[in-house]
This record gives sequence, structure tokens and C-alpha cells, in this order.
Amino acid sequence: MNMNATLIGQALAFIVFIGFCMKYVWPPIMQALEERTKKIADGLAAAERGRHEQELAEKRAQQVIHEAKEQASEIVSQAQRRGNEIVDESKDNAHVEGERILTSAKTEIEQEANRAKDELRGQVGSIALAGAAKILGREIDAKAHTDLLEELVSRI
Amino acid sequence: MASESSITTSSYIKHHLQNLTFGEKQVETSPGIWTPTGDWGFATTSEEAAKMGFWAINVDTMLLSIILGVLMMWFFRSVAKTISTGVPSPVQNFAEMMIEFVNDTVRGSFSGGKNDLVAPLALTIFVWVFLMNLMDLIPVDILPLAVAQGAALFGADPHHVFFKVVPSTDPNATMGMALVVFGLMLYYSFKIKGAGGFLGELAFEPFGKMALPINLVLETVTLLAKPFSLGLRLFGNMYAGEMVFILIATMYGASLFMGSLAGVLQIGWAIFHILIITLQAFIFMVLTVVYIDMAHQHH
Repeated sequence: MNMNATLIGQALAFIVFIGFCMKYVWPPIMQALEERTKKIADGLAAAERGRHEQELAEKRAQQVIHEAKEQASEIVSQAQRRGNEIVDESKDNAHVEGERILTSAKTEIEQEANRAKDELRGQVGSIALAGAAKILGREIDAKAHTDLLEELVSRI
Repeated sequence: MASESSITTSSYIKHHLQNLTFGEKQVETSPGIWTPTGDWGFATTSEEAAKMGFWAINVDTMLLSIILGVLMMWFFRSVAKTISTGVPSPVQNFAEMMIEFVNDTVRGSFSGGKNDLVAPLALTIFVWVFLMNLMDLIPVDILPLAVAQGAALFGADPHHVFFKVVPSTDPNATMGMALVVFGLMLYYSFKIKGAGGFLGELAFEPFGKMALPINLVLETVTLLAKPFSLGLRLFGNMYAGEMVFILIATMYGASLFMGSLAGVLQIGWAIFHILIITLQAFIFMVLTVVYIDMAHQHH
């Protein structure tokens, strides 16, 4: 238990080990530890971000679905409206068409009636003439009695 | 020791407490007078080792502490080389656990700002002192016997080959480390406060300028007490622990009853000692950090 040069030897060995530890052991391990800490922090942040993004996406999806539903109901109501309109329109059209057909038929009937009247008028003149001739038993100058006849005809 | 009737209890204890000292051989020319022979070799008696003076070296202390230190550095270096920032291997995990522990302790005790030296210093101290203390748990006779038998193969007398297994029971080892810590304390004191600031602290604290000599004496004693208490605390604890192990070991040869009692005692003391060796390594580390931190503080 005497003090001797071991003191110096031990001190030197100690210094060498401190130096080695300081240069070759501590920095790489601390660096790796710090890197891992950063890695974990980044991973956690990324997970948080992912969760946040998922929430946003879900919200957006719900919004899109909502909009789509609204659009669909709008389209349906529009179609219904349009259908009603078409029905109304065709009703109107049919009405107008019917009216038109009716009027054209009426005019045609009128025309036919007038034509028949005219024809009748012509025939009535000649029949009256033939009847008168027979009654009188003689030839009546048609030219002389034209105005008489015409008056007759117009009275029919 | 039962087979060696020539070995008494006291010689057994003495034998275990003597380092394997290499130095200039001495001979006792007349009772109490030792003269150097000029040859160099291992001391064969405690007296001769003591007479070798300062320029002798305790080979067992140096050899074991350096082997343990190299082992420690090899372990940490191999971890540092293959370290991955991903999932750590079990070995890496173990090393990281120790490093995190030391780093946390240093961060808690050291407030001197950024310092690249303190944390590796603390790690070196903690692990190295722990390993040196751990040698205490090896049964006291195994390594000395092995070394003595090995030396006998080379023609040495095995009864005069000493081998002290625990480097931290050698005051040279603990004081050598404390010396380095003391050097670092002085270095940082001068570096941070300047020569004037540091010497001013020694001269003008705590009683002001009027009591300069008293201050100087008080502060110098305070300063010197730090490395001495640091080195001697570790030495004292480990020496006492080793002594108890040796004393328990002397009981084995006495009788069957004493032998079995010794077995129980040895196991108990060893389990208790696990706490002490860790605690002493931790205390050495923390005090070193605190002393270096104090060297950074302005009073």
C-alpha cells in the first residue's frame, strides 16, 4: 500500500481512456441517439399530420356526398317540373289544334253549304222556267223575262 | 491455506493486501537498512516493495485496470461503430441505456454550458470504476492463486508472488484518477475565470481583503480536499470491502461450522457489495461532474 509510479501510470491510462471515449465513443453514439429522437419525432408528427389529413378528407367526402345529393334532388325536381310543363304544353297544343281543326271544318262546311246553295239557286231558276212554260203552254222568251226570273231566284 | 501450515491468518491477510510491485530490487544488508541492488524485478516481500520508493509500479493494478479499460472501450467502440438509428440491438440498447443514464446525470449536475469533455469523462469514470470495483466480487483467492501458479511455471516462488485483484483498492489507482480530475478542475478554473479570477477567489473569499492569509489557507485546504476526498473515499470503501472478503475467507480453514458460516457471510456481503461498488462508481462520477461544474462557477 505504498504510493509509487502507479499513480502516474493510472493517471495516464485514465487520460487515454477519457480521450478515446471523448473522440471515438461519445460523439457517434450521441449523434445516433439524437438522430433516432428526431426520427421518432418526425414519425409522430407525420402520423399526426396523416390523421389530420384523413379527417379533412372525410369532411370533404361528406361535403361532396351532400352536394351530390342536393344536385340529384334538384335534377329530379327539375325533371318533374319539366314533365309537368311538357304535359301542360301538349295539352295547350292539343287544345289549339282541336280549335283549329274545328274552325277549318266549320269553314269547309260553310263553303260546302254556300256551294250547294248556289247550285240550288241555278237549278231553281231553270225549274221555275220549265214550270212556267208548262203552265202557260207557250214559249216564253227567256231573254225578255230574264230580269223577272232573276228577281225570283234572288228571293229564294 | 489449510494445506499450508506455515501460513498464518495474519500473513494470509498481508499477502492479499500486497500489490505485485515491480521496481529496483532491494536487499536488507543489516536489520532495517535496505540498499538498492541495481537490478530490476518484482518485490518478494512487502518490506522490499515499500523500500522500492516512488519509482516502482504495481503491475497487477496497472494490468487489470488497463485490461478492464480496454474492455470497456472495446465494448463501447464496437457499439459506436455498428450503431443504428433504427431499432437497436440488445447490446446497443444496453450501451445506450448506460449512456443515457450518464448523460441525464451530467445534465442534472453540470450547468457550465456546452462542454464536450464532461459527459464522456463521466461515462469513462462510471464504467471503469464500476468494472474495477466489480473485481471485488470474484472470490478472493482465484486470481492470486492462478497468477502464483502461473508464475511458478516460470520458476518464481508462488508464496512470494503477490496479486491484488481489485485495482480500486490500490490508493495509487484512485488517487491517480483523482489527480486527473484535480488537473481538469484547475484547467477549467483558469480557463473560465482567468488566472486573476481564480487566484482572487483563493485570496479574497470568504472573508474579504482584510483576512487574506486566512482566506488563502481556508480556500487552499478546500481546494485540495476535493481530490483527496474523491480518491480516498473510493479507496477506503473498496479497501474495507475487500478486507471483509479476506477476513471471511480466513474463516474457511477454521472448522466446518465456521466454513459454512463463512459461506453464508460471503454471499451476504457480496450481495450487499453489489450495491456498494455501483454506488461508489456513481459517487465518483457525480462528484467529478460537480467539481468540474464548480470550477465553472463564479463566486
